[in-house]
Amino acid sequence: MIKIKDLKAEIEGKQILNGLNLEVNPGEVHAIMGPNGSGKSTLANVLAGNEGYEVTGGNVTFFGKDLLEMAPEDRAREGLFLAFQYPIEIPGVSNSTFLKTAINEIRKYKGEPEITAKEFLQLMREKSEILGMTDSLINRSVNTGFSGGEKKRNEIFQLLMMNPKLALLDETDSGLDIDALKIVSKGVNEFRSNDNAVIVVTHYQRLLNYIVPDFVHVLYKGRIIKSGTKELALELEEKGYDWVTNGELQETAV
Amino acid sequence: MAINKEFESAKNWYINNYKEFSAGLNGLSKSFFTPLRENAIKDLGKLGFPTTKNEEWRYTNISPLLKNNFIPAAASREISLHFEDIKNKLFTGFEHHLLVFINGIFSEELSSVSNIPSGVIVDSFGKLLRNNPEVIEKYIDNFNNVQTAFDALNTAYTTDGLVVIVPDGKVIDKPVQALYLNGDDENNVLISPRNLVIVGKNSHASVVTVYEPGAEQKYFTNITTNIFVDENGNLDLYKIQNESEDSYHIEKVDAVQNKQSVFSHYNILFGGGLVRNDINTAMNDEFIETNYYGLYLGNNKQHIDNHTFVDHAMPNCVSNELYKGILDDKAHGVFNGKIMVRKDAQKTNAYQSNKTVLLSKEATIDTKPQLEIFADDVKCSHGATIGHLDDEAYFYIRSRGIPAELAKSILIRAFANDVVEKIKIDGLKEQINHLIFEHLHRIEI
Repeated sequence: MIKIKDLKAEIEGKQILNGLNLEVNPGEVHAIMGPNGSGKSTLANVLAGNEGYEVTGGNVTFFGKDLLEMAPEDRAREGLFLAFQYPIEIPGVSNSTFLKTAINEIRKYKGEPEITAKEFLQLMREKSEILGMTDSLINRSVNTGFSGGEKKRNEIFQLLMMNPKLALLDETDSGLDIDALKIVSKGVNEFRSNDNAVIVVTHYQRLLNYIVPDFVHVLYKGRIIKSGTKELALELEEKGYDWVTNGELQETAV
Repeated sequence: MAINKEFESAKNWYINNYKEFSAGLNGLSKSFFTPLRENAIKDLGKLGFPTTKNEEWRYTNISPLLKNNFIPAAASREISLHFEDIKNKLFTGFEHHLLVFINGIFSEELSSVSNIPSGVIVDSFGKLLRNNPEVIEKYIDNFNNVQTAFDALNTAYTTDGLVVIVPDGKVIDKPVQALYLNGDDENNVLISPRNLVIVGKNSHASVVTVYEPGAEQKYFTNITTNIFVDENGNLDLYKIQNESEDSYHIEKVDAVQNKQSVFSHYNILFGGGLVRNDINTAMNDEFIETNYYGLYLGNNKQHIDNHTFVDHAMPNCVSNELYKGILDDKAHGVFNGKIMVRKDAQKTNAYQSNKTVLLSKEATIDTKPQLEIFADDVKCSHGATIGHLDDEAYFYIRSRGIPAELAKSILIRAFANDVVEKIKIDGLKEQINHLIFEHLHRIEI
């Protein structure tokens, strides 16, 4: 699905990604873990096309197409979705208007007819129920005046509504209490299928109790230095990042 | 010196035209107002038009306006229009009383005012001057206040305008909409509407003034609006200015408030080549609330200048001011927000915010908050920001598959929202949202 080769990127002249390699196939969930400043969020933002980051090397293909050549909106239309660490408030534009616009733009790109009002309403109902969202939350302006937890839940709601091929979750667990974490995870698990994939970027292992990954990678200084299965996350939780970052650098994985 | 000569000759043009104009006043000439006109012409001679050397006019050069010899619109010239011609200029979607003014002159047949509570006056200034001048003469102190050349010009040349008088304890059931259709196909005209809104004790009124072009020719709309809100009264005054880009538009609003009254001014600006608003409120007593909301949208070479003044003379009053602007192309904005807190005005709460988004590299804004505080127990805050559309938000919206141009529209909607949300008339709010995109030539969201 997505092939990342030797990806290098910088922000404001500071090199963050230093030759990152990763391949994700349909049906897989990959967790990217790492200490603060290791480049986790940079990876998510670079893949989604944030123009604040500059790609300085490597390449990324998404279903065989050159992802890095695409505008952010085209990446979304091709099936990539980023759940933001800090979702943006858009006062004056309701969640439903926003999502209907997004869904129809994607449909237009694919040459499909617009979603009917009835279909849209039904989809809203179905997906909001999974996340236990009230109508008032749906009709409010996008993220405006939402609590941190409500914003994260709204990102997952957008994910379910848009049903992309690849979901990137950027620290979706940060700032969530255990109840909110369970709801958000339920939404992601509902999304998972054999046709799509998830990349979970997180600092803590906690989220991975609920969204169980197939692979876990440790990112450090802009490169993946160790890869394994879900047990690696537990080991990290127990031993801390020092365990892989100290003296283990020679064993660079992938 | 060339500039001064131009300013002098414009002044003389308007002084010299007065004789002919006043000869055509006919029925209007006998009222108490005529001596005010004559004084105003004398004042104009003394005051002269302000140059950019005048601090209050530093960023607004009116010489392009003065180069035109505008002919004062006379009550005698009738332009006949049908309701079909003006229908699309109106704001609809809410019930309202309607008064239509063509080049500042009341059109009875296009207006519809019905079922007004007894004692309430919703009428034309000219008609009242002709038939019941005593009704407005009572309020002479509220409108005999010539301080600038533009005040003088309006007083000398006005023939008509909106009068709303709500006596104590009355409420007008629905908003009053006054449509000013400006411009003449034959002449470059000066249009001088004179508005008077008086809200009595415990009374309530909502007034929507709409300024629209009616012709291709250049014109100059020079308005004076006088407001008085008595004890416990409440007035919402909306201004929607959508004049042609070949027009000049100047308005002065002078408001006086009594104890515990609320006055909210909503200033929504789309049109005009050169626009200047002066909005002044004097708080005469305690527990008064004044709200100024402004939204200015400029493109091409529009020049839009808003000068606001809140005079906290007494304790325990609140003022809120929120002015936001979106400027594209080579548009130039000016904001000058003055808040005076006098020595006796303890426990004043005064807030002011001016935010402008520049959509192009050539758009500019000069913003100047001006706080003068002489009391020591007050809460005052002010802030001004100038920026571009937020990059992170732009990325967020595009990351949902929404194309760049539409993403910008969403950001414009989001930016204007906190001012638009303040509009209490739903039908009006929707149409304002629509006009924002139409005016900025953006896709509507």
